[in-house]
Amino acid sequence: MASNIIIVIFVTSLATYLSRFLGVVSAEKIKETSKMFRWFNCLAYSTLAALIARIVIFPLGSLSEIDYLIRFIVVILSIFVFYLTNKNLVYPTLFSAIMLSLFSTYL
Amino acid sequence: MINSKYFLKGFKSIKGVGSPAIALGASFIAIGALLKNLGFSIQESIFSTFLTYALPGSLVMAESMLIGASLINIFIAVWLVNARLYPMTVALMPLLMHKNQPRWKYYLSCHFIAVSSWLIMKDNYEDIEKENRIDFWIGIGTATWSVAIFSTVIGYIASDFLNKDILIGLAIINPIYFICMMLGAMKTIQISLSVILGAILGPAFYFLSPEWCILFGGFIAGTIAFFLGERYGK
Repeated sequence: MASNIIIVIFVTSLATYLSRFLGVVSAEKIKETSKMFRWFNCLAYSTLAALIARIVIFPLGSLSEIDYLIRFIVVILSIFVFYLTNKNLVYPTLFSAIMLSLFSTYL
Repeated sequence: MINSKYFLKGFKSIKGVGSPAIALGASFIAIGALLKNLGFSIQESIFSTFLTYALPGSLVMAESMLIGASLINIFIAVWLVNARLYPMTVALMPLLMHKNQPRWKYYLSCHFIAVSSWLIMKDNYEDIEKENRIDFWIGIGTATWSVAIFSTVIGYIASDFLNKDILIGLAIINPIYFICMMLGAMKTIQISLSVILGAILGPAFYFLSPEWCILFGGFIAGTIAFFLGERYGK
């Protein structure tokens, strides 16, 4: 099993590095002022947004035990804290964890 | 070889009000605890974060191992979930490339591309002259990567003390951090549309295919945002 875990780690890291590596190969031919670059920029932001929305709406693991309404409320309140604290990133993240732990304990 | 002034400037990005350290730390603490429960040794857990450094990929690896998936299936599952790193790399590297810099820096430092480091670099690159951006980037990457490895160790050691409620609290931190960073990044029509459409289409495609929804939803959302943005102003 021990050597097996090492092989799985290698396979995982290879599958991950592949996208990064191919990204650099493609980037060598793309100018930052080109339309192609702007398109990829859109794709990067939209894919990230899709990933994050999926994590919140259809979570895997421990988050899935929380009711979606509670997740929704925590997200909205945290965004509110983000703007309230002049776009500070530390406060909303801490706030969200405390809120969710309290909700899951007392609701 | 690497300009230490810019490297350190990048490294210091983990401090202050925009710090990704808490978000990164929270998620990799959870990963450390998860890997311990899967039967990894502490060395293997460190090795895993060291070599992969992409959270969804590590989660998929853990899930696949639990159901006893074959190596080729693990490779495909991880590649699929981490394929977002391809457009992210293409959308970042042209900003960092400079003829005076050696190419190995790009091929090595692309390992640092992950959501938090990428968003920090996108937020700050304009303040750095192009020639020095790669060293600044390597600084950001080294800092965020170190936080991830360190947190994996903490999570591994503390796993017995992490009860269900704490793990739930840890699990929300990362998405909240990313949501706030994305909101902060919505400065042009193109990016704002990309983010909004991606957040709608990604989950919508989940009903068609949970595995492909991020790539399909992201691709269609980004392409629509691109054309609308080109037409109605960037």
